[in-house]
Amino acid sequence: MNKLTINNLDLFYGENHALKDISLNIPNRKVTALIGPSGCGKSTLLRTLNRMNDLVENVKITGDVHFDGEDIYQQSDVKALRKRVGMVFQKANPFPMSIFENVAFGLKAQGVKSTEEIKAVVEESLRSAALWDEVKDRLDSDAFGLSGGQQQRLCIARAIAMEPEVILMDEPTSALDPIATHKIEELMDELRKKFTIVIVTHSMNQAKRIADKTAFFWMGELVEHGETDQIFNNPIDTRTQGYVSGEFG
Amino acid sequence: MLNRTQQDKVLLGAIWASASITILFLLWVMWHILSNGLSHVSWEFITGAYTRIGEASGIWAMIVSTVYMVGLSLSIAAPIGIMTAIYLTEYAKPGSKIVKVIRFCTESLAGIPSIVYGLFGMTFFVTTLGLGFSILAGSLTLSMLILPVIIRTTEEALMAVPISYREGGYALGATKIYTIWRLILPSAMPGIITSIILSIGRVIGESAPVFLTAGMVTQIPESVLESGRTLTVHLYKLTQELFTQSEWDQAYATATILIVLVLALNLATKIITNRYNKVSH
Amino acid sequence: MDSAMTTNTLKLPEKATKKRDWIETVFHLLFLGCAMVGVLSVATIAWFVFHEGLPAFQQAGISEIIFGREWLPPALFGIAPMIVASLISTLGAVIIGVPIAILTAVFLAELAPKWLANLVRPAVELLAGIPSVVYGFFGLVIIVPMIEVLFHIPAGNTILAGIIVLAIMILPTVITISETSLRALPSTYKEAALALGASHIYSIFRVLIPAARSGIYTGISLGVARAIGETMAIIMVMGNAPAMPGSLLEPARTLTANIAMEMSYATGIHASALYSTGIVLLVFIVLLNASLLYLNHKRSH
Repeated sequence: MNKLTINNLDLFYGENHALKDISLNIPNRKVTALIGPSGCGKSTLLRTLNRMNDLVENVKITGDVHFDGEDIYQQSDVKALRKRVGMVFQKANPFPMSIFENVAFGLKAQGVKSTEEIKAVVEESLRSAALWDEVKDRLDSDAFGLSGGQQQRLCIARAIAMEPEVILMDEPTSALDPIATHKIEELMDELRKKFTIVIVTHSMNQAKRIADKTAFFWMGELVEHGETDQIFNNPIDTRTQGYVSGEFG
Repeated sequence: MLNRTQQDKVLLGAIWASASITILFLLWVMWHILSNGLSHVSWEFITGAYTRIGEASGIWAMIVSTVYMVGLSLSIAAPIGIMTAIYLTEYAKPGSKIVKVIRFCTESLAGIPSIVYGLFGMTFFVTTLGLGFSILAGSLTLSMLILPVIIRTTEEALMAVPISYREGGYALGATKIYTIWRLILPSAMPGIITSIILSIGRVIGESAPVFLTAGMVTQIPESVLESGRTLTVHLYKLTQELFTQSEWDQAYATATILIVLVLALNLATKIITNRYNKVSH
Repeated sequence: MDSAMTTNTLKLPEKATKKRDWIETVFHLLFLGCAMVGVLSVATIAWFVFHEGLPAFQQAGISEIIFGREWLPPALFGIAPMIVASLISTLGAVIIGVPIAILTAVFLAELAPKWLANLVRPAVELLAGIPSVVYGFFGLVIIVPMIEVLFHIPAGNTILAGIIVLAIMILPTVITISETSLRALPSTYKEAALALGASHIYSIFRVLIPAARSGIYTGISLGVARAIGETMAIIMVMGNAPAMPGSLLEPARTLTANIAMEMSYATGIHASALYSTGIVLLVFIVLLNASLLYLNHKRSH
């Protein structure tokens, strides 16, 4: 069962042809890793899935992206889409407010008023992000006081609080040390039971460790995609071979 | 001809001399006014009434007029200025024609000498709109004058808010206005408050456009449609007639009050920026 | 954890998308409307100043106003003395103030011990915020009598007094902006110069100041704008006689002072002539900004 279906997607930044005829299926409740050298278009593709590219000037997109069978670029309500497709960024971006308020932000933005309800969701989201035990005694303190890894898990909790169906992760551990990275990878293993995860990563080992499916991008093209094992052990395309064996990239 | 080392010595001397002159004048101005003024600042002087004949020389009416002027000018200019800055940073396409026009106009506003504001305010607000010499006419004039200060400083504060906050907000499905209101504006608040303090300083410091629009009546204005004399205008009027010792003392004391006010505003800005820097780093 | 998430279906209030979009549009228009206030203000001021100032130019003649040496409203409206007074006082303030300011900026950015710089810098900022009437007052009680004593003249309210007061007033502006642009230079500039064996002073004057030129120009032009636009401090120390000054030790009336002193009682053609004075002042400001643009433009080529 596919959660997201990308059909013949082309994306231009002005003159720059950043994504070339991409077709890819993202399976439900699985982790799909997008890999490839910098500038290959993997982050750009990620940002088309919740229409974050709408914020950029001069972007032209053709082709379509179906989410549960519905074309997200035909839908006018971007906010509703972003509620269902959460995002975690490369560098943890907690808001300048308390830990509690960070997680509650999305709910309040949706107009949820009930304090009880918000409290419950905040706790549950922090538990799901494996952060609750570390922060339950200081929910009202500033989010910037957390360590880098904790901040990133806070951002995951913030995304989970919206009860999304898909979580997009843009190199979520690239700014973290190995121990914090390990924690997030463990967390993702839990999260895949509930959410569809699409992760952009530059670490092939990370993709190997956590991804069910892997897609390899090269200069705006989707070169090859399939089961993670197959991509790393029996790549078909020579470019994939070269990249996963560490010859370039 | 001097050789290199000698030249260096001359230049070094010039630098030290210049710095000394600056510091000397600075201390001189402050010391001269404070030393002659502080002893004449009393509770009675601050809260007392003023009569022209000279039996009462308090500046309470001038303080009230100044406060009215500051309050009214800011309540006109601050919302408009802040919303203009929001438009420029959050809505308008950077580099578009409309942005260029707005930028050009705010820069022009900043470049117009204050006396021209006085000239305009007197003809437009006082006469054409029939507001008369009044706190309202003065505040409208000054709000035009401080508008560019508020716009520019607020814009800088908004631009300093990391893009990642906006992305984070939108990625959670928040609307633009919610993200601005709950996330971007609070993050930019120290900068916005600084811009407001700067404007307070501007309003307190102006004099020429003030007496041309708000007049110089030494009574406490009962409404914004009455004339009032601000502290700077008062100091100017006092210096026109420095005959008796009491008049000298009043002038020094008023100048002292003005310096103390400016000092307080500067301190407030410093405290806000320091606290903000501590939080963000 | 996982069953809990699916069963807890959070009830998000159903806000119609249409209503939300409508609110977005309203705010967008509100912000745009506010942004237009500045545009409207400039347009209104420009229209008023020119509309009110043109009758005097038409009735008295442009050359009679600009080159006329007699100001006798409502008959003669020559403002040549005021133009000369404004230019001389500004020029004098620049000649005295700018070198001192730039060298002080160099001192703060490069030479001063940290503790001293941290003491002087806020003091200079404070100096920038002090109202001009306070400077005028200082000039009136200190500079004016000093000139009387030094030059043995009966009245010290002279152009020289104006020049000194203006020079003090432009110091903070020029210092602050020059220092900021000196500090903004990459440290590699200085290191490169020092590595070539140049002395610290030599690298300051040959490398750092030229590199920070554009910021220093901006500081100077803001200082000039402050000097030429200054009104009250000038009125208080310069004597304000509307006659062509023969030397720096004579009183004179600037363009700004002319407006401030007569506006409250002027009517008809007299008021219009004051607007013409304002137009001339604005022309100077435009020329000043144009030359700043030219200098910075020339530099980038």
